[in-house]
Amino acid sequence: MKDTNIKQRLIGDRLMKFGVCALAMLTAVPLIAIIGEVVMNGYDQLSWSFFTEPTPTAYKAMKAMQSGQPVPGGIANGIVGTMIILGMAIVVAVPVGILCGTYLAEHKTKRFAQAVSYMTDLLQGTPSVIIGIIVYIWVVVPMKSYSAIAGSVALCIMMLPLIVRSTEETLKILPSSLQEAGLALGGNRARVMLKVQLPAAFGGIFTGVLLAISRVIGETAPLMFTALGCSFVRWSIDKPISAVPLLIWEFFNDPNLQNLIWGASLFLLMFVLTLNLQLNILQKNGIIKTNT
Amino acid sequence: MSDKIYKVISFLAALAVPVVCGGIIYALVTDAYGAFEYFGFFNFLTSSDWNYTEGHEQYGALPFIVGTLLTTLLALILCIPFSLPVALFVGEYFKGTRIANVLNTVIELLAGIPSIIYGLWGFYALRPLVMALNISPHGSGILTASLVLAIMIVPYAASLSAEFIKMVPNDLKEGAYSLGATRAEVIRRVIFPVAGSGIFSSYVLAIGRALGETMTVTMLIGNTNNIPTSLTATGNSMASIIANQFGEADGLRLSSLIAIGLILFLITALINMVGKIMIKRASIV
Amino acid sequence: MESLRPILEFKNTCVSYTRQTMAVKNVSAQIERNAITAIMGPSGCGKSTLLRAVNLMHNLYPNIRVEGEILLNGENILSMEPINVRRRVGMVFQRPTPFPTMSIYDNVLAGFSLNGIRLSKTDRDATVERCLKSVALWDEVKDVLNKKGTFLSGGQQQRLCIARALAMKPEVLLMDEPTSALDPIATKHIEELLLELHKDVTILIVTHNMGQAKRISSKSMFMYLGELVEYGDTEVLFTNPKDERTKSYLTGKMG
Repeated sequence: MKDTNIKQRLIGDRLMKFGVCALAMLTAVPLIAIIGEVVMNGYDQLSWSFFTEPTPTAYKAMKAMQSGQPVPGGIANGIVGTMIILGMAIVVAVPVGILCGTYLAEHKTKRFAQAVSYMTDLLQGTPSVIIGIIVYIWVVVPMKSYSAIAGSVALCIMMLPLIVRSTEETLKILPSSLQEAGLALGGNRARVMLKVQLPAAFGGIFTGVLLAISRVIGETAPLMFTALGCSFVRWSIDKPISAVPLLIWEFFNDPNLQNLIWGASLFLLMFVLTLNLQLNILQKNGIIKTNT
Repeated sequence: MSDKIYKVISFLAALAVPVVCGGIIYALVTDAYGAFEYFGFFNFLTSSDWNYTEGHEQYGALPFIVGTLLTTLLALILCIPFSLPVALFVGEYFKGTRIANVLNTVIELLAGIPSIIYGLWGFYALRPLVMALNISPHGSGILTASLVLAIMIVPYAASLSAEFIKMVPNDLKEGAYSLGATRAEVIRRVIFPVAGSGIFSSYVLAIGRALGETMTVTMLIGNTNNIPTSLTATGNSMASIIANQFGEADGLRLSSLIAIGLILFLITALINMVGKIMIKRASIV
Repeated sequence: MESLRPILEFKNTCVSYTRQTMAVKNVSAQIERNAITAIMGPSGCGKSTLLRAVNLMHNLYPNIRVEGEILLNGENILSMEPINVRRRVGMVFQRPTPFPTMSIYDNVLAGFSLNGIRLSKTDRDATVERCLKSVALWDEVKDVLNKKGTFLSGGQQQRLCIARALAMKPEVLLMDEPTSALDPIATKHIEELLLELHKDVTILIVTHNMGQAKRISSKSMFMYLGELVEYGDTEVLFTNPKDERTKSYLTGKMG
């Protein structure tokens, strides 16, 4: 019964552990490489004027390049555009998403709620470029113009399932005694939900909203056929407007503007990663579960 | 607020989701109808012509379907050797330790990077490398796009697989250890069989992600409207042809692009549905 | 000579989960060959912890420390390779743990497949039949050997797990409250089985059921707060305990 291959098996065991560790650690390489690439190329483009000035025209940029001067201008139009588009999307998606999530959590067993829950998954899995097509058909064609409104409808549709899910999940893990206690004190369902359950679930829902923001802020495809882009700072919502990821795409395609590409990417990347790290800390502190 | 108003409002909010979903399907189908009617449904799927010269208009989806499936499949193959170790690292070897938390954070950050930045990195850092290694002369193509796509889906596959690996009961693992198994043998013969369907479903969902990925692929695949003949050849995916041409298209070409969008939507929905159903089954067992 | 030496000996064995608290304190005892030795005590007294030390289960968890010596036929197992020890020392757990993805047949042979040992088809069939017969399960399952192990009842599953452990021909069989999750009839089956088995294998069984210890064991240990309070012939320990703590436990004043 004593077989001789025990040494081999132990070596195999160690090799497996070593292989798993090595390959797992390798996944950090792209993260470091991407951050490194963006920071190395982008840090010297960042300046005050980069955030306060709009994108230069291709002609201006070309002349500056020919005369050996740094490309003027920045991404102010994109930052303002992103703020407007995202702001409007949040204003609609957050209340609708939270209410929808409370509905799903309260009517778990209803067939309609299950169907909605399924469609939330469907919506969440829909490729972003298709959201772009849809909003083009729904909003851009009838309005006969690309607009900030169209862009925010697209982002709103993308945020909605994320917020619905996080609200639903957070409410589901709250102890049911919480709702029962509220009802026992004579509150009606609406009051108990608004005054007891939602405040208790605030942490989880807040994290879900931040996650949704971090997921859509870098989206490019759904904005290409909805917000389109605009080379100056614009505050109106019914005309084409720019956004930071749209600018990166523009810079990528225009050889004259390529100098601005890394600064814009650095700005976007840092924003998204900081948001994600913040989320990570929130989740680790258990704010999702207890909110105490 | 009275109970009734609250009920009505929350019901209306819940109604938003099916309305949007229904709207998506309705709009896609009505606007794709033109192309399907003109070319015939199966002809459109199997034709590989893409010509928008006026008077000679001819559109078919085959090159883009092939491009999408090829990049997705290749990305899946490339992602497994990294996502599975990550899942084992986080879910088994270093379960609940600080180092697992660090790796988890790395994975979450990778998942958070916008796809346009993956595309930039692929274009300016990875593409020159592919050229330098003489893998392909222009650097862009199916392989380059799949490489970056693989990195992008590692987080999704890894974090979900890790959850299923964590769920394997300790009793079972101890039972195997008590018979003299090494950890590697416990992983191969107990953890993988027990968590297998869950792990599998997490890869199905990762496929769902890769299918619809737009910007990265658009920036790296080379954007040629032909059926790719090799892994290093250029091509176009369904998402990338839409991203490239939607803005300038009208009439029949627009309808054809929307038809491609509809096909992409259906494939993604199907894959996601299969994945979700499998996950539900796997969690019950 | 070999058969006179104790098969298993604890020498100042200590187990600690954290630096401050010791779950098992300085246990020293000699376990008689081919006897059934029961380990009793109130919950949390360290009886399972002591048992799990014998097949190095604690090695799986990095922060648990085992000190002292545990001798198996005179060899200190704490300095041996765990997979070697575990093959010579079988274990049956509180809850039956048949592998859910394997058939009954494969479950019996799991020890071989996990250890990468290949047997011929005739050897495999013979092993499965011998082991299932020795746990009195053969007649019940011989026609459904290809069904999943989880398809059996709790008592049958536990007997399957004993068969699985016996297939490796262990010298010592550790049992951690093997009947606490079973109904009285299944418990009775297992107890009868143990009385058969101990002719071939030394059995060390943790139980919180005094009646069970009395019925099946020839030697008994009583543990309290991590210490081995009393150890001796079961009859003597039950009828004439020397220590006050044993006495109050046996009379139901504690635990």
